[in-house]
Amino acid sequence: MGLPAELRYTQSHEWVRTEPAGTVQVGITDFAQDALGDLVYIDLPAPGKSFAAGQVIAVVESVKAASDIYAPVAGTVVAVNDALKDAPETLNRDAFGAWLFRLQPQNLADTQGLLDATAYQAQLDAQK
Amino acid sequence: MLQRTPLFDIHRAAGAKMVDFGGWEMPLHYGSQIEEHLAVRSSCGMFDVSHMRVVDVPGAGALDWLRILLANDVARLVPGKALYSCMLREDGGVLDDLIVYRRDSAAGPAAPEYRLVVNAATAQADLAWMGRVLAEGGFDAAVHARSDLALIAVQGPAARERVARAAPQLAGVLAELRPFCAATAGLWFVARTGYTGEDGCEIALPAAQAPALWQALRAVDVAPCGLGARDTLRLEAGMNLYGADMDTAVSPFESGLAWTVDLQAPRAFIGRTALERQRQEPALRQLLGLKLQGRGVLRSHQAVQTTHGNGQITSGTFGPTVGGSIALARLPAQVAPGDAVSVELRGGHAPAIVCRPPFVRNGKVLA
Repeated sequence: MGLPAELRYTQSHEWVRTEPAGTVQVGITDFAQDALGDLVYIDLPAPGKSFAAGQVIAVVESVKAASDIYAPVAGTVVAVNDALKDAPETLNRDAFGAWLFRLQPQNLADTQGLLDATAYQAQLDAQK
Repeated sequence: MLQRTPLFDIHRAAGAKMVDFGGWEMPLHYGSQIEEHLAVRSSCGMFDVSHMRVVDVPGAGALDWLRILLANDVARLVPGKALYSCMLREDGGVLDDLIVYRRDSAAGPAAPEYRLVVNAATAQADLAWMGRVLAEGGFDAAVHARSDLALIAVQGPAARERVARAAPQLAGVLAELRPFCAATAGLWFVARTGYTGEDGCEIALPAAQAPALWQALRAVDVAPCGLGARDTLRLEAGMNLYGADMDTAVSPFESGLAWTVDLQAPRAFIGRTALERQRQEPALRQLLGLKLQGRGVLRSHQAVQTTHGNGQITSGTFGPTVGGSIALARLPAQVAPGDAVSVELRGGHAPAIVCRPPFVRNGKVLA
């Protein structure tokens, strides 16, 4: 699977999709879901809560391990994907489509500081 | 350099995620370990367990030797029957757990031969140990490690029916085969045993014939299943995993395996003296089940707090059939099923209830 070119990425394997209204969707990459294996629990943040960049904002747990999800940019949670709680396997099946939460970034320009697809792919290649 | 089974190429072609298991490159899953687990409970699935080692023991002294080597009493076996046993050190510590099958030679029941199946990670150490015990006792028996054989386990309510369709030459044998029994069909060996808590069979066959059997089973819709599903199935079924639930540091008594130790006959076996001494200890720990109340996953080594002192999880997972997290834990003597305990898992403490394994029987979750 190729990396969607329109997304931004973090070193900790989150992806960010900018929405027309200036909010962002955040999920985990296909690399992350593959490394974790079958997901069984997803703990999402409370809407309205604010996070600093790099702060633990969610947790996903697979049969194999639990993994912290970090806020890719500073912002406030505007929505969470509650449907994932009862169907965590959706994340495994469609990592780039299954958003975990949506943020109103403090500064939309912060997303420009994240990795683009080429840079994230280079990181993945270096990890091998 | 990791070892590979005769089915390695097939697993890779099927897109399996491969991992190192005890020095073997084995399939963890073929897409989703949860789907594989559920397939076994609802219909059937198959496992390549060729990394485990078949060990044949012929010889007039085989019975005497095995009665010294193993904590369970092989003399109980009638032809075609199987027995689950631990192999112990002198201090009672567990070297391995294994299944012994009695199969008689051409000379008939007066000349029993035995087949053992031991764990992959311990196979080399087991063989070295067995060789020493054999030599030191001067028994008229031999130990033949059968690395020429592959092992395929087909498990689930539909397992035997699918095997009969995929391998018609086994149909007659399968129709007669009772639980925990084994039979020979030409060069193949079929046992109605398994590590999932479901019905099914385990087939030992010449390595070169394994790929064709695997593909024939695929052709009748038997799902390939990996080690991930193997672990969640066995834990739901309350079956121990050597290296996690017991090892040389603990005895069968502390591992929920007292039922596999036969002290009835005045039979000397390695570890007996230590076990008889240990049986007298009032504070002997015990292995029991835990069911987590709520979200999260219990994992090995997590500390368990009880009203009678602390214990530790030996193996834990998410049970897809149970729908929640389960574990086996080594706990203080006075803890009893039904007790509420607290487990230290990531982020804090979580409540769990003590229970007696298994967690699932005949595909049904036990309360």
